[in-house]
Order: sequence, then structure tokens, then C-alpha cells
Amino acid sequence: MRVQATSRILALVVPLLLSLNSHAFAALGQNEATVHESAAAAAPVAPATVAEPASGAAPAVAEAAHGEGQGEKPGDVIMHHILDNKVYAFEPFGEITLPEIAVRPFGIDISVTKHVVMVWLASAVLLVVGLSVGASVKGMNSKQSPKGLANVIEALVDFIRTDVAKSNIGPGYEKFVPFLVTVFFFILICNLLGLIPYGATATGNINVTLTLAVFTFVITQVAAFKAQGVKGYLQHLTAGTHWSLWIIMVPIEIIGQFTKPFALTIRLFANMTAGHIIIYSLIFIAFILKSYIVAMAVSVPFAIFIYLLELFVAFLQAFVFTMLSALFIGLATAHEHHDEDHALEHAAHH
Amino acid sequence: MLTSGIILLEGGLLNPNPGLIFWTAISFLIVLLILKKFAWGPVVSMLEEREKGIQSAIDRAHSAKDEAEAILKKNRELLARADAEADRIIREGKEYADKVRTELTEKAQAESQKMIASAKDEIEQEKRRALDVLRNEVADLAIRGAEKIIRTALDAEKQKVVVDDMIKELAASRN
Repeated sequence: MRVQATSRILALVVPLLLSLNSHAFAALGQNEATVHESAAAAAPVAPATVAEPASGAAPAVAEAAHGEGQGEKPGDVIMHHILDNKVYAFEPFGEITLPEIAVRPFGIDISVTKHVVMVWLASAVLLVVGLSVGASVKGMNSKQSPKGLANVIEALVDFIRTDVAKSNIGPGYEKFVPFLVTVFFFILICNLLGLIPYGATATGNINVTLTLAVFTFVITQVAAFKAQGVKGYLQHLTAGTHWSLWIIMVPIEIIGQFTKPFALTIRLFANMTAGHIIIYSLIFIAFILKSYIVAMAVSVPFAIFIYLLELFVAFLQAFVFTMLSALFIGLATAHEHHDEDHALEHAAHH
Repeated sequence: MLTSGIILLEGGLLNPNPGLIFWTAISFLIVLLILKKFAWGPVVSMLEEREKGIQSAIDRAHSAKDEAEAILKKNRELLARADAEADRIIREGKEYADKVRTELTEKAQAESQKMIASAKDEIEQEKRRALDVLRNEVADLAIRGAEKIIRTALDAEKQKVVVDDMIKELAASRN
């Protein structure tokens, strides 16, 4: 009975929706400006609402960069949202052209971009959280139980300290804990900021992930030198093989040193970018097919599903980056074990 | 207007942006240094302190348990020893009582035996003495009778009278 009634209502409503659909799009003409997910609600937003036309060329640049123009491809819009930008758009309320910095240290352009803003925002959030937790922790003795935010942060710090740092690095892990904890929270907050409306994913930019991976690389190399000395480090490069194989092994080992941070860079960047591209693509299916039904049945549910998945991936990738950093540091500093291996291999050779 | 060509040229996914690298590095370093001093340091030291506290609490609980078990064991031993002691005392008391009883009985029996024996001896002696007395008296009587018989001489009738007198005399003296 109920199924029949539902199907009847659907039979009535579906053609109505379809006709509404076509009317709505007809009213807009051939304008494809609605390709923006938020612009769908506010189709007639004109460049008049541009908030800060900072420089003379700004409106035109902003309009072009922002993608309010006509005849735009969905791919372009997606890329526009994924990529870094000198204009921070708050559609449909307007946009802010981020300030250019004239000073060029080392000849590089250090102008503020969208992702720089997000990095700063993440740093600020992390500083506020960290300092408040630090203050609340300082004020209590070991017999009190932690409360609220301090409890959450403390659990994560303890997890990274024992399960990530201690189990992967082993003895002497203590001095790497601050870096690992900071990198974890930094990536986590960047990932999460990319998931809130008007946010951008700084960790979806390869420059950011590269910088973080370079930190891991530098720390790994310094730790390896400190733990093994120059001789041990060079021995490590030969991987304990016979000298006649060194011509093959040494380049491979050197390349191996660089593939680790490269893998970290690409993994985080690709994961964060891919998730966002999927969400945008799912939403654009509705605009490409110009149908509310597709929007309700496909785009929104699937986008929500991917969004929840992204929420999980935000934590997962922050953890993976931290975990692998700890693993690489552990591999670089685990010298006793390797020395034994080398000695055994030498004994076998002679 | 943004076309794919411009995207590839200007802002590809792999487009290097030194400014962003610069700012990321600076921001991350500042955050790292500040939080290392003011957040992670206190948190980690507090965690270590708590770990130590928990460990010491566990150790203390274990030692207390061991102590309690030792005390319980000692108590059981003491109880068992006290039980054994009590058993021993009771057994010894019983044994002593038995011994005393048997000793007393034996002594009493021996005493009574001795008394009976001495009584028998006395009776025997008295009997023998009485017989001796009787034998002496009979001998005296016989001698006296014979004397009288001899004195009255030859007369049978007289003899008979004498004997009768003597018997009468005896009977009279007996009574």
C-alpha cells in the first residue's frame, strides 16, 4: 500500500521536478555560471559584489581567476578550487585580494596566497590549542586526571609518543617526539581546515607537503649522521654488500634516501587533492546533467559519503605521515643492528 | 577566462611556489619551537610523571599483595603449629593419665595381693600355732591319762572309770 502510494507521488512529482529543472536552466539562458556549487543558490551574483578591488587590474583578474566567467569547463573550476590563488573568494559575499609583499628575500616572491593564509590559520589554531593545553597541564600535578581539550590532545600526544615514536625509533626517541607531534597536528589541522566551508587544503598543495617532507628528510639525515658517524653513514650507503657491488648499491641507496621524502610528499598531496577533486566532481555531475534528481540522488549523498571519508583520511594521512617519518628516522638511527649484519656478512665473505 | 592551457602553464598541480614553501617552513618552524617549549614539553613530562606514578602504584600494590600473602602464610603456619601443639598436649595428658591409672591399679593390686598373702600367712601361722597348742594339750592329756591309768593300775573297771573321768574332765575343761 505504502509503496504504491509513494510510487504514485513520485510519478506526479518527477515530471514536475524535471520541468522545473528545465525552466530554471532556461531562465538562466546558456549561462553556465551555476557550475559553482554555491553559486547555484545565488545565480545572479555579479562582479559588482567584488569586495576589494585592490589594484587596478584586480577586478578583471579576480573575475577570470574566480571563474564567474562564461563558458567555463567544470575541470577548470575544480582546478581553480584545488590550486593556490592570490584571491580569497567568499562566494557569494565577495572576495579578498591577498596582499602582495614587495620584499623579495633570496629573490623569491613571498606574496600571501590562499594556502599561505591556511598555513597561518592552521599554525594559529595549533598554537592556541597547544598553548592552552600546555598551560592547563602545567597547572596540575600527576595525581589529577586531565580534562577537556587537554585530555584529547594528551591522548594523541601519548599515542604518538609511545606507539609511533617509541616503537619505531627505539632508544633515544625522546628528542624526535616534539617534531612528530607538531607535524601530526599541523597536517591534521591543515586537512581539517580544508574540509570546512570557505577553507582550502594547504596540504593539498605539493609545496606544503614538500616542505614538511624536507623537514623529515633533514632530521633523518642529521639523526643518521649523529647515530652512526660519517664512517657508519658511508658504510650504510654500501648496504653491507661486497665492494664490487658498490657501483650499483651506492647510487641505489642514495636514491633511496630521496625517495622516502618524495613518497611522503606525493602521498599526502595526492590524498588530499584526490578527495577534494572527487567531492567537486560528484557535485558537478548534477550541474553537467542539469538535474535536481541527480543532485539529490547521486551528488549530495555521495559527496557527503566522500566528505565523511575525507574526515577519516584527514586523520589517517596525518598519522601516516607521522608514522613514516618516525619509521625513516628509526631506520636511519638503528645502527647496532646493521653493524652486526655487516660484521656477519664480512665474516661470510672471508 | 581560465582555460586548460593556462592552468597547465600557470597553476598546475605540481607548480612550484617558493613563497608558499618559504611561509610554510617559517610557520612550521615557529610553531614547532614554541610548542616544543610550551606545550609538548610539559605534556610529555606530565605523561612520564604519570607513567612513573602508575608504575609505582602498581609496584606498591604488588608488594602489598606479596606482604599480605606472606602474613597469611605465616598466620596459617602459626595456626597449624598451635593445633599441633594442642594435639600434642592433649595426647600427652591422656598418655599420662593412662599411665597414672595403670600404675595406681597395679600398685593397688600388688598391695591387695600382698595384704591377702600376709593375711594367709598369718592365718597359716595361727593355725599352726593352734595345732601346736592342741597337739601339746592332747599330749599332756594323754600323758596325764596314762599317768592316771598307770596310777589306778590293773583294774579294768577302774581303768574304765578313770578314762570316763578323764573324758568328763576334758569335756569340762573344754567347756
